[in-house]
Amino acid sequence: MCGIAGLISQKRIRENGSRIKKGIVLQTDRGNGLGAGYAAYGIYPEFSDLYAIHLMSADQHSLDRAQKFLEEHFFIHAAGEIPVWKQKITDHPLLWRYFVEPRCHHTEHTLRRSADDYTIEKVMELNRIFEHAFVFSSGKNMGVFKGVGTPQEIYDFYGLDNYEGYCWLAHNRFPTNTPGWWGGAHPFNLLSYSIVHNGEISSYGINRRFLEGFGYYCRMQTDSEVVAYLLDLLIRRHALTIEEASLVLAPPYWIAAERLADDSVRDTMLALKIIYESAMLNGPFAILAACTEGLFSITDNTKLRPMTIGRAGDYTYFASEVSALYEMEQGLRTVTTPRAGQPCIVRLEPEELPVDYLEPDYAAKGA
Amino acid sequence: MTLAVNTPGLRSHFRPLFDREYCDGCGQCAMECSFNEIRMETRAGRKIPVANGRSCGACHRCALTCPRGAVRIVAEGMALRPHGVWQADAVNRVHLQAASGAVALTGLGADTNVPVYFDRLLFNACQVTNPAIDPQRELMETVTYLGRKVRSRQELDDVSGYHRSLIRLSMPLVFAPMSYGSINLNFQLAMARVARKKGLLWYSGEGGLHRDLYPYSDCVVLQVASGRFGVSREYLQLGRAYQIKIGQGAKPGIGGHLPGEKVLPGISETRMIPLGSDAISPAPQHDIYSIEDLRLLIYAVKEASGYKPVCVKIAAVHNVAAIASGIVRAGADMLYLDGYRGGSGATPAVVRDNVGIPLELALAAVDQRLREERIRHQASIIAAGGIRNSGDVMKAIALGADAVAIGSACLVACGCHVCQRCNSGKCPWGITTNDEKLAARLDPAWAEERLTNLVEGWHHEMQEIMGLNGIYDVGSFRGNRLILRGVGLSERELSVLGIKHAGE
Ligand code: SF4
Ligand code: SF4
Repeated sequence: MCGIAGLISQKRIRENGSRIKKGIVLQTDRGNGLGAGYAAYGIYPEFSDLYAIHLMSADQHSLDRAQKFLEEHFFIHAAGEIPVWKQKITDHPLLWRYFVEPRCHHTEHTLRRSADDYTIEKVMELNRIFEHAFVFSSGKNMGVFKGVGTPQEIYDFYGLDNYEGYCWLAHNRFPTNTPGWWGGAHPFNLLSYSIVHNGEISSYGINRRFLEGFGYYCRMQTDSEVVAYLLDLLIRRHALTIEEASLVLAPPYWIAAERLADDSVRDTMLALKIIYESAMLNGPFAILAACTEGLFSITDNTKLRPMTIGRAGDYTYFASEVSALYEMEQGLRTVTTPRAGQPCIVRLEPEELPVDYLEPDYAAKGA
Repeated sequence: MTLAVNTPGLRSHFRPLFDREYCDGCGQCAMECSFNEIRMETRAGRKIPVANGRSCGACHRCALTCPRGAVRIVAEGMALRPHGVWQADAVNRVHLQAASGAVALTGLGADTNVPVYFDRLLFNACQVTNPAIDPQRELMETVTYLGRKVRSRQELDDVSGYHRSLIRLSMPLVFAPMSYGSINLNFQLAMARVARKKGLLWYSGEGGLHRDLYPYSDCVVLQVASGRFGVSREYLQLGRAYQIKIGQGAKPGIGGHLPGEKVLPGISETRMIPLGSDAISPAPQHDIYSIEDLRLLIYAVKEASGYKPVCVKIAAVHNVAAIASGIVRAGADMLYLDGYRGGSGATPAVVRDNVGIPLELALAAVDQRLREERIRHQASIIAAGGIRNSGDVMKAIALGADAVAIGSACLVACGCHVCQRCNSGKCPWGITTNDEKLAARLDPAWAEERLTNLVEGWHHEMQEIMGLNGIYDVGSFRGNRLILRGVGLSERELSVLGIKHAGE
């Protein structure tokens, strides 16, 4: 049992963490104080072109080495300790963040890959090499804040009142199969993909081997991290839509797919099921995922974990419990519960281009 | 010259005992025993069966057909002075060969005590945090697609009809190749009917495809073996897929051998060889001396068959992972891996018992190697060799097999008692024989029913095993080695199998 909350403004109106905190703190009983975390999108507008690397390290020595590794492979435009307020939480790892640009265009052999591929490769490499240090957030203009504590404690520890994002994710953890440690708290992130997860992934053994075949390295000792990597693989690298990726992770039964009336819908579904058999998630799960396109939920085919959704105006709210929806927004217009296996996707409205990005004479005409 | 391991003339380990109280002298047992162990004698005016004590192989045919249940087979247990090295089998084998100077032949798979790794693997089960799924109430799916797949959706220009380019199985099970000649038509017919009915595949083996089985060619994988028996233009168009046989688990490195006396009219016609001539398959395929040659043959078969999937069958040997990689790169769409305990209609005992490696280790190594080389999607792996029950099937799937082939288990389902004398051509159960009278003992309708029951029973059990692991689709079981734990295995064995030890 874990608790999930999320909210998104489709018009990208930014707000601090106070509402998402209400949504997750209400669900404190769904966790046991051994892990909580938040992800926020739109919080670093001043560095929006740079990868924001959040790094955790158990000791100074590992931090120094990890930092050296980053310097070797990236131009670091800004760096600093992530500010923390130690009230309840005193025992914590060293937490640093770096705003970086890949050095990939400097090496011949990397020319063929995108900056994203390069960054992932280096993040995976760092996480593999260092035993006591790892990257837990690597997207642009977004960040993950997580650790061992209750949702309230983690919120206060990172001072999330001070960050403003248009999309928030929150999680409250009740670890069962894996130890409660800082790295094991949700959200899990890779580049722009962040996920929070309630449940257990029985297919983890094969999901992980499948991902290893594409160069992803799993180190967090928990099943949930594969979901973030799978989304990166499916959506960014294999160019599936969010809808298709959701159907890969929680596909319809064969019997249902084979009976789809529309030939082309059926053939697409069967092809996805066949090609991505090892990416399918099995077990009880409710997942809330965020990326630069928006926020979406996926649940398992037997709906063994809860997910509810509320809407009001430009906002959509997700939570494990209806009460948490109302805690975030009292004036909800609609409240729904997705059917088993049915993905629910909320896309951001296209970003308005700032005036200086417009064609010069168009801008002149406007003026 | 060859000689069966259990040749009459030596003392047998087994003996039928007759309960005089129940026996009414009907003589059924004497008629049933195709090894002439039993004869009827008249003593004191009463007909009684008498055993000769030399040729019983414990097939249990007489015991199970006696209308009065008066026959019992007992193990004789030779009373040799105990010896750590010279145990009864070893002594017997030397006696046998000293008497004959022949290669000792036998049937079915290895009966040695080389570890059965399946027995050292245990499944996980859900408790508390992750609910088990009840197959009685929830849908549990085992649909499996075989063949060369793409690695990402982008590789497909067009998804329409993609699934039809592959082979759909309703469950990850196929019937192993057993040739017409080594088994009879009745048995092939039963397998073909069950494969059709249950959405599975059956394999022809190297003996060609008898005309009576043409109606079942849409679910058959036809073999092209080193002897090329039965391979014709028509044959190369008929099948659902083709299998190039390189090796067999029961006799890696040697070819099949069907003695002339077994080459009866139907068989001679189907194999396209003269009546009564020995059908000897060369050890290698004589047009394959290297991996490039295999590639040529794979593409020749594809070209001739209109690009149907091609499967390559190899025996599990020491360097199997590298060989498998070469085969997949040569263009095979399926890789059929036959392990150390795989069966055979006739094989030299010294080869069967001493050559090759256990399926479990080979399968784990091949699956891992193909994944590391990122070509695992290019070919499906079919695992075979000593699969006894649905537990073995699911363990093989968890180790990485796409599907599992069963051969000996099918024979056992139809009466075989693993007497290992298939090579004699006298199978008392009418399975591995083409003797008209003996073959008539196997009613195809009855065999079909038995095989159907076996497949259905295993299917239920596979679903149970998936459900108790909280998995509703076999796709999430496949290659999911976290489901397995080893017991009593060394670090080395665990690392080859890619699993953790129990308690970890
Ligand atoms: S060989 Fe078979 S039929 Fe003959 S006596 Fe032995 S068990 Fe009975
Ligand atoms: S198939 Fe027949 S001969 Fe072969 S082991 Fe079984 S019972 Fe014996």
